[in-house]
Amino acid sequence: MATLKELSKREELLAGGHRLCAGCGASIVVRQILLAAGKNVVVSCSTGCLEVATSIYPYTSWRVPFFHSAFENSAATICGVEAMYQLQKRKGKLPVDEEIKFIGLGGDGGTYDIGLQSLSGGLERGHDFLFVCYDNGAYMNTGIQRSSATPLGAATTTSPAGKVIPGKTQYRKDLTDIVEAHHIPYLAQASPHNWKDLNKKVEKALSIRGPKFLNVIAPCHRGWRSGINEAISLSKLAVDTCFWPLYEIENGKLTINYKPKNKKPLTEWMKLQGRFKHLFKPENEHILQQLQQGIDCKWNNLLKREEVEKPC
Amino acid sequence: MSTGLKGWKDIPIGGMILEAGNSAEYETGGWRTFRPVMDKEKCKNCLFCWIYCPDSAIQVENEKIKEIDLKYCKGCGICAAECPAKAIEMVEEGKL
Repeated sequence: MATLKELSKREELLAGGHRLCAGCGASIVVRQILLAAGKNVVVSCSTGCLEVATSIYPYTSWRVPFFHSAFENSAATICGVEAMYQLQKRKGKLPVDEEIKFIGLGGDGGTYDIGLQSLSGGLERGHDFLFVCYDNGAYMNTGIQRSSATPLGAATTTSPAGKVIPGKTQYRKDLTDIVEAHHIPYLAQASPHNWKDLNKKVEKALSIRGPKFLNVIAPCHRGWRSGINEAISLSKLAVDTCFWPLYEIENGKLTINYKPKNKKPLTEWMKLQGRFKHLFKPENEHILQQLQQGIDCKWNNLLKREEVEKPC
Repeated sequence: MSTGLKGWKDIPIGGMILEAGNSAEYETGGWRTFRPVMDKEKCKNCLFCWIYCPDSAIQVENEKIKEIDLKYCKGCGICAAECPAKAIEMVEEGKL
């Protein structure tokens, strides 16, 4: 487990000068992942904020090999690269003693929605790669359209809160659960405020052979309608309210990595975000209750499951 | 900033970018409206500002904060918000 001081001696693999917004959560996530992964990685990225802002021609912010092919196939691309790497190694054209790691990246649009089938395919075929979803809860790159990761009740440009609907009327998809159903060796949820936990999870994931998955919350102040300097405090609150529990599932066994001493009410996190503003009107109180119940239910189930799976 | 647009004869075949991480030539510091000003005496070198900076703008040398690179700092203020020692203050550009 590296300390911050040790990490600070490693090479910065995401160069400055990228065009992500000031205060973007995604680049914090990516910097932390690359610090943990080191230079021997190949990265693919689906279309999204991260991709467009870090690879504006004739510039690139990546100091590691970086692929972008389309929105829907970040996982398929990295699986193809990995398959070719294994083949070249078998043929003796690449050194056998060197180990290259493969990381696929995607936003929630490129993972929960558009890239789901290519991710599912890659996980099922058992390629040796890590897929990381940075979840900011909407299609932020194209101007805050709802995605299947957008929470119930959140206002986006395609689920606007007004007289007709009170924001998004559907529940968010639980992608981590869907990925778990692929029976892969390792998957986890993480948050950039807990760099230590995220670092550990990336290191652990990359040490395991086979498909791995990380779902990382990445606050977006443009879409969440929050303060420009709140990416870290909002990701912390998301964890403390149990909206975004930090847990990992290794070979089917669940471990909760952080249990808040005082689980905060979900409204503590929501009231800082303009996308939920309308939910605090008296007529929408039932949505707040619905959201809180959903979070409590999920958290209690996680606690119960961990208890059951404890080694005797 | 870019040195201006290149013609097709100057661009590598296939539009290749030959240098990894060359976005470092593109200085995003001009986006900033608030500048982080660090009080080195208060700073305890916990490196939280460095790990939480979205723009790789905090320079660390020998486990200590060297400086905030204003070439890239977009002035988001996450460093100031997360600093446990309150050693960073955001000051409006032009009022320094």
